[in-house]
Amino acid sequence: MRIQDLRPIDCDMHPVVPNIRALVPFLAKNWAASVNDRGIEGFDSISYPPNAPISARPDWRPDGKGLPTSVEDYRRHVLDRWNVQYAIGNCLYGAHLALSEDIGVAMASAVNDWMVANWLDAEPRMRASIVVAPQNPERAAAEIDRCAPDKRFVQVLLPAMVEAPLGRRQYWPIYAAAERHGLPVGIHAGSSYRHPVTPVGWPSYYVEDYASQSYAFQGQLGSLIAEGVFNKFPGLKVVLLESGVSWLIPFLWRMTKFWRGTRSEVPWVTRPPIEIARDHVRLSIQPFDAPDDPAIVGRIIEHMQSDAMLLFASDYPHFQYEDDAVLPPGLSEDFTRRLAHDNPLETYPRLKEVQS
Amino acid sequence: MTDAPAKPIENDGVIDCDIHPAIRSFEDLKPYLSKHWWDYYSTYGLRSRQGFVKGTPYPKIAPSAMRRDAWPETGLPGSDLKLMQTQHLDAHNIQLGVLNPLNPSGGDLNVDFSAALCSATNDWLLETFTRKEKRLKASIMVAYEDGASAAAEIHRRAPEKDFVQVLLLSRTSEPLGKRRYWPIFEAASEHNLPVAVHVFGYSGHPATNSGHPSFYLEEGAAHPAGIQASIASLIFEGVFERYPNFRLLVIEAGFAWLPAFSWRLDKLWNRMRGEVPHVKRPPSEYIKERVWITTQPMEESQRPQQVVEIMDYIGWDRLMFASDYPHWDFDDPKFGLPPSLGAEQRAMVRYRNAQALYGL
Repeated sequence: MRIQDLRPIDCDMHPVVPNIRALVPFLAKNWAASVNDRGIEGFDSISYPPNAPISARPDWRPDGKGLPTSVEDYRRHVLDRWNVQYAIGNCLYGAHLALSEDIGVAMASAVNDWMVANWLDAEPRMRASIVVAPQNPERAAAEIDRCAPDKRFVQVLLPAMVEAPLGRRQYWPIYAAAERHGLPVGIHAGSSYRHPVTPVGWPSYYVEDYASQSYAFQGQLGSLIAEGVFNKFPGLKVVLLESGVSWLIPFLWRMTKFWRGTRSEVPWVTRPPIEIARDHVRLSIQPFDAPDDPAIVGRIIEHMQSDAMLLFASDYPHFQYEDDAVLPPGLSEDFTRRLAHDNPLETYPRLKEVQS
Repeated sequence: MTDAPAKPIENDGVIDCDIHPAIRSFEDLKPYLSKHWWDYYSTYGLRSRQGFVKGTPYPKIAPSAMRRDAWPETGLPGSDLKLMQTQHLDAHNIQLGVLNPLNPSGGDLNVDFSAALCSATNDWLLETFTRKEKRLKASIMVAYEDGASAAAEIHRRAPEKDFVQVLLLSRTSEPLGKRRYWPIFEAASEHNLPVAVHVFGYSGHPATNSGHPSFYLEEGAAHPAGIQASIASLIFEGVFERYPNFRLLVIEAGFAWLPAFSWRLDKLWNRMRGEVPHVKRPPSEYIKERVWITTQPMEESQRPQQVVEIMDYIGWDRLMFASDYPHWDFDDPKFGLPPSLGAEQRAMVRYRNAQALYGL
């Protein structure tokens, strides 16, 4: 069975804002002026240094260098190549980096309007996540309300490291807005760099920075469960994007065991964390942190005890795999069909609302 | 490296790699502190990278995180050798136990005071426990934020055979591979002592890289992430290359996360090895050869065999039993390990690997 035969839904690809000038037309007059008058150079995030090997697959870099930024590139490299039915664009432009929430909110709105003009209107198979500035959850909720009427927005997007753990009650307006509009919340690798990227301080190397993303997902999942987000918003789904996947079950075993001893601290958590996660948490399949060994891959999947959690993703243009090896080896046909198509449709109800 | 008799441990014998002794009060350390440091302690107390005078930022789930049945008539659990002997060593056929004091730790902000406290604790460990009970061995406490004084303490204590390893807490102020910590690894390597990293401590940074979580539950769930960051740092800073004799023991972080983490690092190293040309081999190889890990708190799945499969990935020669006595999340040596282990696997985890690591 070839992935092309399944009409897969690409749940994590990254439209790249080529430079801040591309956003200026979508900024209010004062912010557009600021970009020029203050010489604001941009909000590209150090989470993905443009020339770092992982930031783009060599054969996806235009002329072998830089980042691919056009919808035509993506069509050629992924949409047509793998016969993708829908793709969800998760723009990683760093609105979340801004230390002024006003700038962050302005940038997030500009990114969303730029997404409509440059991607959603340009390619009928494209869908997108609503980028919000986590610096101010009330204003993030307002941005969700502003964008949600366009049903091509299918998710709310947050970075994995922000100012406080995402389960904290200060973030709940975001979840209330997401639930209100039937949108899952995607948490994507990335940081606003308010804290060191490890719990023991700043590491020396970029390879450690990237490795630290999976520590962030552990912390966020722990926070969302412990704070009771899924009690308050029982309809909410959270999608962990570019998390690495294989860390998940060992983390949940540990948390579930510890919860058995400490549940008087969080009396609202009335079910084992691992069960809550199976109901509410989904993960994009790239990268899949395991050797290319079907036996090991099979075991990781088996340990999840669920065929509903994984979602197909190219992670375009990041360099996670070569050629057509977009799926880890050894997945059964049935499981592949679920993750390529059924699970995304269940996770993103809006995909069924607007047919293209 | 030790004069303990190499007597075979059989049947239900156990080496417990994590027992926590406690001082009854700070008066216990007074005989080992200079007048200056006693006065300093009496005036300013302990100060680490957190805000509480007493207790901990995350209230534990039981007083001092102790088993409710482990309190002696006076003092804290772990402070009464007799109770430790009857309730734990005798009851569970612990043939050897390694003492890891947590309070005071080696993380006081005043590194000179911290060094004095560690040295006092080391004296106290010998006199209160190991010289009175042959089944007990101890860890060398060091002021780990100050490489020079930590190395000096290692050199001073290493000849004493009751010490079997160097102990740090996991929440160091920088990732553990950073150069400030290299004197510790150099000294430990010179004396062929493993470096043990036990979870907890105060790095001064939040327990998650997205800020401070609210709950003790989350702090507990987050410990492996801190250890993961330090293992990544040890690998990518080249510590395993630089100190071929350096061996790491991870304590109280569980273990099930280790294979997935190794696989992640291998992929990333493969992609970005140009950034770290001094790292010569895939990270998983350093981990397989140089990292040992204790079992407690043993991860549990609804299907216990899944955890056994993970143990198999880690390697049966790398897992070491730990009870965490007398803490509330104690793993019972009788019931702590999955029942499906074969006799050989059981023996390796319960004592043989510890014998090999400590050269006992």
